[in-house]
Amino acid sequence: MNPVNYLYLAALLFTIGAAGVLIRRNAIVVFMCVELMLNACNLAFVTFSRMHGNLDGQIIAFFTMVVAAAEVVVGLAIIVSVFRARHSASVDDASLMKL
Amino acid sequence: MDNLIALLIAAPLLGALVLLLGGRRLDKSGHWLGTLLAAVSFVIGLVLFADMLGKSADDRALHQTLYTWIPVEGFQADMAFRLDQLSMTFVLLITGVGTLIHVYSIGYMEHDERRRRFFGYLNLFVAAMLLLVLADNYLLLYFGWEGVGLASYLLIGFWQHKPTAATAAKKAFLVNRVGDMGLSIAIMLMFTTFGTFAFGPVFEASGQASEGKLTAIGLMLLLAACGKSAQVPLQSWLGDAMEGPTPVSALIHAATMVTAGVYLIVRSADIFDAAPDAQLVVTVVGAVTLLFGAIVGCAKDDIKKALAGSTMSQIGYMILAAGLGPIGYVFAIMHLVTHGFFKAGLFLGAGSVMHGMNDEVDMRKYGGLRKYMPVTFVTFGLGYLAIIGFPGLSGFFSKDKIIEAAFAKGGTEGWILGAVTLLGAAITAYYMTRVMLMTFFGEKRWQPAPDADQAPSAEPAAEHAAGAMPHPHESPKSMVIPMILLAVGSVAAGAVFEFAGFVEWLEPVTGFEHGHSPVSAAAVTAATVAVMVIGVGLAYLQYGRRPVPVVAPRGSLLTRAARRDLLQDDFNHAVFVTGGTHLTRSLVYVDHSLVDGVVNGTAAAVGGLSGRLRKLQNGYARTYAVSMFGGTAVLIAATLLMRAV
Repeated sequence: MNPVNYLYLAALLFTIGAAGVLIRRNAIVVFMCVELMLNACNLAFVTFSRMHGNLDGQIIAFFTMVVAAAEVVVGLAIIVSVFRARHSASVDDASLMKL
Repeated sequence: MDNLIALLIAAPLLGALVLLLGGRRLDKSGHWLGTLLAAVSFVIGLVLFADMLGKSADDRALHQTLYTWIPVEGFQADMAFRLDQLSMTFVLLITGVGTLIHVYSIGYMEHDERRRRFFGYLNLFVAAMLLLVLADNYLLLYFGWEGVGLASYLLIGFWQHKPTAATAAKKAFLVNRVGDMGLSIAIMLMFTTFGTFAFGPVFEASGQASEGKLTAIGLMLLLAACGKSAQVPLQSWLGDAMEGPTPVSALIHAATMVTAGVYLIVRSADIFDAAPDAQLVVTVVGAVTLLFGAIVGCAKDDIKKALAGSTMSQIGYMILAAGLGPIGYVFAIMHLVTHGFFKAGLFLGAGSVMHGMNDEVDMRKYGGLRKYMPVTFVTFGLGYLAIIGFPGLSGFFSKDKIIEAAFAKGGTEGWILGAVTLLGAAITAYYMTRVMLMTFFGEKRWQPAPDADQAPSAEPAAEHAAGAMPHPHESPKSMVIPMILLAVGSVAAGAVFEFAGFVEWLEPVTGFEHGHSPVSAAAVTAATVAVMVIGVGLAYLQYGRRPVPVVAPRGSLLTRAARRDLLQDDFNHAVFVTGGTHLTRSLVYVDHSLVDGVVNGTAAAVGGLSGRLRKLQNGYARTYAVSMFGGTAVLIAATLLMRAV
C-alpha cells in the first residue's frame, strides 16, 4: 500500500484536530483535539521514517509521546482546578487575562 | 628699564588685592594706600618716560615678556608688554589723571562707609587699564579690556542700593558685551588670517592679507571700539553710567576707559590703513556720534549727563580723526590727552558743585554759584574754555587739528567731514556755555534738598538734613587741588604738545602724513573760532540774557527727543527688547508646536496604535489559537512559496 495514503490520513486527522481546537468550547474536547493533532504528527513522522528508510521519524515520535504525556498531566490538572474554581469547563469562561 | 613695565601694573594691582581682601582693618588707611600705589605707578611711568626721552626716536619701544601665558603648540600667547610712545602717552595719562582722581576721591568719598572698597575698585581699574595699553598682543589687550569693563561695572553700580545705579551698571555691562564680542571675533579672524595675534607679526603681515579679511577685522575692531567708547550704535550706556560716583565718571567715563576704543583703532593703524572701507565706516561712526552726543548734551538738565553727552561727542572727534588714517592718528591721540585733562577737570568741578549743593544734579536748580565756589568756578571755567576751543587753550590746538585733517581727507567726504566737525564745534560751544551759565551765573534757583528717603545717597554731602536749603561752599583741599592741577593741564597741554613736538613723538608708532587741505590752515582756525563764537553767543542769548526757568519748558520736538537721548533707549527697546521678546516667543512657539509636536505626535501615534492593538488581547484562548494557527499557516505558505520561486 502506498505510504502517501498515511500522510493524507495524518493531514486529515491534523485538520480535524485543529478545527476542534479552534471551534469547540469544552476544555476536555479541546484537549482531546490537541492530542489528535499530536498523534496526526506522530503518524506523519512514522510514515516519513518508513518512506526514507531510517529511524529518525520513529525516534521523534517517541519524543512526541513523552511530551504529550507530560502535557496531559499538566493540562488535565489545570482543567480540573479551573473546573473546581469556576464550575465550568468552557475555555471561553476562563477569559480573565485581558485588559 | 624693561623690567619696570610689569611694576607699572603690579603696583595698582597690589593695591586692589590688598584693599579688597584686607577687610575692615584697612577702612581707616585704605584710601591712602590706594592713592599711594597709584602715585607709585605714576612715578614709575615718569622714570620710564625720562628714560625714553633719552633715546633716539626709533628705538624707544621697550618690550618685556614675563612668561608664556598660554603655551599651546601653534597658539602662543605671551604675558608680554610693549611700551612705546603710544603706550607711554596713555600710561602717563592714566596714572597721572588717575592719581589726581584718587586724591580727589579721598575728600569726595569721605563719608562713604565703603570707601576702602571704592579705592580697591579704582586701583583695579588703573591696573586693568594699564594692562590694556601695555599689552603686546591682542589677547592680553582683551584681558585688560574685560578688566576695565569689570571695574566700570563695579564702580557704576557702586551705590548698588539705588536701583537706578544697579540697572545702569547692568546696562553698561550688557552693551559693552556686544562690543566685546566684536573684539573677540576680530581676534579670531586675526588668528585664522595671520596665525598669530601678537602686535608685531600681525602689523607686519597686514600688508599681505586680502582686503576683504582686513575690512572684516577692522569692522569688528570698530564694533569693539563702539562698545567701549560709547559710539553710535552702542552709545546708550554712557548717560546712565553717570549713576556712579562722580570721580568714577571723571576717570573712567571721561578721561580714560572710554578712550580705549580710540587706542584700539590707533594701535591697529596698520590694519585700518590697508582697509579703506573700514576706515570710511570709522569716520562715519565718529561723525554721527559727534553730532549725536552734542545734540544730547544740549538738552540735558542733569549736569553730569550733559557732560556725558559732551564726552560722547568729543570721543566722536577722536574716532573720526582715527578713521582719517595717518593724517589723523596723532591728532586723535592728542585730542584724547587734552580731553582727558579738561573733561576730568569738568567732571571733578561738577562733583564739587554737587558736593556743595546737597547732591543736586539738576542745573536748573543751580545758578549764581560763582561767588560761593570761586575755585570750582575758575577751574571749571578753564576746562570750559579748553573744551570749546578758546584760542590758546588745549582744546583749541587739538580740535583745530582734527577739523583741519577732516578737510584734508579730500573730495566730497573731506568737505562733509569738515562741515560736521565745524558744526560739532559750534554745538560744543553752545552746550558748554549753557552748562556754564546755568550753573555759575544768573539767579540762585536753589531748592530745598529732597526727602532723605527719596535720595538715600551715600554721596559725601549726605549729612545735610533733608529739606534744608543748600549752603554752597568750596570743597575741601583734597578735592580742590586735583581740580587746579587738571585746570593747569587743560590750559597748557595743547600748547605744550603743539610746541614740544607731539607729532614727532608719536610719529614712529602711528605714522604721520601732512594732509593737503583744500582750505588753508588759517581759514580753518578762523572758521573754528567763528563757529565757537556763534555757539557761545546763541547760548548767551538763550540762557544768559533771560532767566532760566526752574521747571524745564516743554521744548521743541527735537529738544524732547534729545532729553530722551534722541530716543536711543526707545529704539533699543523697540528693536532689541521687544523684537527679542517676539523672536524668543516665536522660537518658543516653534519649539512647542514643531519640535515638541513631532515628539509628542510620535508618542500619541504609538499610544493610539497600541490602544487599538490591545483590543486583540481579549482573553479568549481560542482567539489566540486562531492567531497562532493563522500565523503558522502564513509562515509555512511563505516558506513554500519562497522554495517554489
